[in-house]
Formats: sequence, C-alpha cells, structure tokens
Amino acid sequence: MAKVLVFIDNPGPALKKSSLELLTIARSLGEPAVAFNGELHDDVAAALGAYGAQALYRPSADDLDDYLVGPKASYLAAAVLTADATVVLTENSAEGREIAARLGIKLGAGVITDVVAVDQDGTAHKSVLAGSYTTTAKATTPVSVLTVKANSITPEPAVTGTAPQAVTVELPETATAASARVTARSEKAASGRPDLSDARIIVAGGRGVDGNFGPVEELADVLGAAIGASRAATDAGWIGHEAQIGQTGKTVSPQLYISAGISGAIQQKAGMQTAKVIVAVNKDAESPVFEIADFGIVGDLFQVLPQATAEIKKRRG
Amino acid sequence: MEETLKIIVLVKHVPDAQFDRHLSGEGNTADRSESILSELDEYALEAALQLIEARGGEAAGNKVIALSMGAAGAVNAVKKSLQIGATEGVHLSDEALAGSDAAATSLALAAAIRHLGADVPADLILTGMASTDGETSLVPAQLAERLGLPQVTFVSALELDGGQLTARRDGDFHADTIEAALPAVVSVTDQINNPRYPNFKGIMAAKKKTITTLTLADIGVDAAQVGRSGSWTAVETAEARPPRTAGTIITDEGDAGVKLVEFLAAQKLL
Repeated sequence: MAKVLVFIDNPGPALKKSSLELLTIARSLGEPAVAFNGELHDDVAAALGAYGAQALYRPSADDLDDYLVGPKASYLAAAVLTADATVVLTENSAEGREIAARLGIKLGAGVITDVVAVDQDGTAHKSVLAGSYTTTAKATTPVSVLTVKANSITPEPAVTGTAPQAVTVELPETATAASARVTARSEKAASGRPDLSDARIIVAGGRGVDGNFGPVEELADVLGAAIGASRAATDAGWIGHEAQIGQTGKTVSPQLYISAGISGAIQQKAGMQTAKVIVAVNKDAESPVFEIADFGIVGDLFQVLPQATAEIKKRRG
Repeated sequence: MEETLKIIVLVKHVPDAQFDRHLSGEGNTADRSESILSELDEYALEAALQLIEARGGEAAGNKVIALSMGAAGAVNAVKKSLQIGATEGVHLSDEALAGSDAAATSLALAAAIRHLGADVPADLILTGMASTDGETSLVPAQLAERLGLPQVTFVSALELDGGQLTARRDGDFHADTIEAALPAVVSVTDQINNPRYPNFKGIMAAKKKTITTLTLADIGVDAAQVGRSGSWTAVETAEARPPRTAGTIITDEGDAGVKLVEFLAAQKLL
C-alpha cells in the first residue's frame, strides 16, 4: 500500500479543518503518516490518531521556525525517506507551496499546486487560468508532491483510530545552511472570524464601502462568514492586505460569496469565480460582477446589507 | 560586495488576462499569441531599479539584467523591461524548452543565471510573487534550492546594507522580518512599490540596449532535461469551464435586503 505523508506545521492547540481534509485524502490514497513540526498538544495527537495516522515523524531540531522555508523542506525530505512515502500532501498556503517546491527539487519529485481532488492513481485535479479551465495533472516521478486547497472534501475520521508513536527524524547538518533567518515576528490580531481560505461563506467589500466596512462586518457575523476585500479596498488601507481576494490576493471557492460594492474587474474575478453561489450588490448596473452573479442587486449596499442582516436576525427570532 | 550591484530580474511573457485565455495542443499549454510582460514582474523590476538608483544607477556601474525564458515572442517581455529601465536583456530561447514545468524551468533558469554570473556573480535574483498564467509560485523557491542560495520570498519591503538584506514578509497570521546574506533569491509582492511606466526617453534609450540570446547549448543544459520530456509533471487533460452566466438581477425598490435573504433561504445557505 502506498505510504502517504501529510505535512502538518505548527497547528497550535487544535488541528485546522484543512489538515483533517489532508488526512482524509491521505487515507483514500493509502497508508497515512504525518510529518509534524511544532509543539504537539494532546488534543492534536488524539486527532491525528482519530484520523488514522499510522506513523508520526518529528524533527530532531526545534528551531525550524527561525528560518524561512528551506530547513522545513530539508526535514520533510528526510521524513519522506524515513517513511518511504510515495505521495506527500501539504496545505496550499504560500509557505506550503514553497516547502513543496523545494522538496520536489530535493527528491526529484513532481509538484502540483492548487489541487482540489486526487484520484486513487494519483491524478490531481485543479483549476487554472483564474478558474477558466479545469485540468488533470500527474507527477511522472516515483514520488509526487501535492499542495491541496482547503475546502476540497469533507473530513471524516477513520473507522479504526490509531495511536502512532512519534519517531524522530534527524535533520541533515546542512539543513540550515544558506537559509534566510526570521529575525522578528509580530502576530496579527485574531478577528475571531473564520479563515478566509477555508470559510464556507465570505462577505467581501470593495471601493463602494468607501472606508466603512461596518455593514459588511455585521452581515458576515450574522452569517458566520469571513471578510474579504477587493484590491481597491486594501490599497485604500480600509482593511488589511491579508483580506484581499483576487489575482494578487487569495483565490477562494466558498459555498457562498457575497460581493458588496465591488465592480468585479478581471483582477477580482480571478479570485472568486469558482465560488458555488455568488451574490452581488452594487450601485452600478453595468458592473461586470453582475455577469457572473447568481443573484444580483442593483442598489446601495448601505441600505441592502443592513436590511438583510436585520431580516436574518428576525427569522432566527 | 555591494560597491556596485548586479541584479538579475526574471520576467515572463504571459497571456494577457484582459482577454480570454486558452490551453491547447499536446501538453495543454497556454496560447501565447496575445501576451504581455507579466504584471507582477513589474514590481520586481521596479524594486531592482530603485536599488540601483540609490547607488548611482547604471553610470556607477550597477546593472539590472532582465532575463526571460520563452519562445520567440518572449523577447517582447525583455524589450518592455529595457524600456522601463533594465540596463540589459537576456532571452533564453530554445525549442526544446517548450512545455517545461516549474522543475524544468527552474533547472534552465538556474543554468542561465550561473552562465550570466560566470565572471561577476549576481548579488540578487529578483522575481514577481507568481506568474499571472501558471500562478504556482514554485519557481523562485526551486531556483533558490537549485542555486543553493537563501530564499527570501513574498516580501513587501526590501533593503540592502553591505552584503546583507533585510525584508518584510506579511503572512496571514504574522508579519516577519527576514535577514539573509547576499546573493539571494528574492520574490516581491504587489505591495512593495508602485511600478513606473516606460516614458519616451526610456523607449528611445531601450533601442540602444543589448539583448543577448542564449540557447540550451550556451548554458550547458541537455535538451532531455527540459521541456515536456524533462518535466516531472504532465497535464493530462484540460477542459474549459463553462462560463458563469448571470442569474437573477433585480433593482432595489426598498426590499432588496429581504429578497437577498429569501434567495439565500431558497438556496439553503442560511
């Protein structure tokens, strides 16, 4: 049976949903194992067992986070060899893709990014050119490295849980050579809202919010949604760049995307047109966003959004 | 190091995202007939130009070399870079490169960078945060791995001091300060600067600048290591996604917020 290694990096006190998705995909492809970095909390160890991890690998060094990408890729390469894995799964974040990129060169392994599904034979499905094509791709090498987008499947625990013993993977002495160092880190304040990249619902604001994200935030909170923004809104400084959706921001595929005061030019469309349902509110009836909206409202977001928020509250009593 | 700077900026000729883009042929590669300099590469070029201008520019012996790998048309990305201000251009072009994936691309670019640094090694290899066609962001990290250089990627600020660089990398949950020794591979985001446009003087000056064409033989790479045969991944099928069609569009008559909620309820999204 193929050994499938899932890389999980610093989950903190609980595994992210996207990690549970990776473990579920790993089980569908073969025997799942986990290469872990960071502090291993009891709840996380229990979740790894519940999702069927047969083996657990941890690095011999605890300073991997002091460097950018390179040493983590060295650790993961050593873990792949120790585990004798033929498939490696990582998350599709910027760092996840970069670790995958370097791992690929170290192992002579093909890397496929932005994967949304993997067939039993290793064929990966993804969408390209800003969602205008869906493709299948396959690594032609003995080992394949796949970075998988969040929200690709519903996570399911294993029928039979496990209790894997941690195995220490020795890092090569050269692991930190020629690496950039992280010399300072400032944490960003947590919003308490879902992560943009794996949110089921996103409410996004653009130029039309004119500096006031209040109505967007209130609708998002009543829907349990994440908040996104167009580049116009982040460039104006109304909201942090990490909220940007589009070609140079995040690409998202939520169940529901509510676009408020965003014209929907190509740069924005590239980041959200694979959403299942798109709702758009914009004053300008000519906005391109209406060409792709399942439900469009030509109107003032400062009227429409608060009314919708009040109506949802009313229905929920 | 860093009395004068030698910076190689990687630029890519990509299908213009303003038009419909298509995949076709064996290997399902992108049609490049309506192509431009990748918008995200303009930020890397601007960062390079600002660094040399702060050190006396070209007159003081600093260089910004725009390097593009691609078919004949890719020379246009190099020309545009020269108009914007790069001091010289290099076009790596060979039929055997067609269909290269990120691994094969990084192999060829690493060889070209070594070739260009044979006499005076480059201090910096600068790239955009992604290409606007492939959008994988794999190549900068793979180049760093192949060249054995520090990787400093997705940065929104960059400073050089002596043989050291300091950069800022903004993540979703934290912002990091990154330090590395030169030479290094650096990719920059669209937050780092506001790229300049070519002006008339730049366009005229570009005509006098040199563009060197390199083939695989020049950089010592065997044809079998690149292109579709040298790639480690293959795109097996490509299907155009049916375009999204507009649904119901209404004009607010005072009750659109309620109608929005009715729509969500009907879609079982509440």
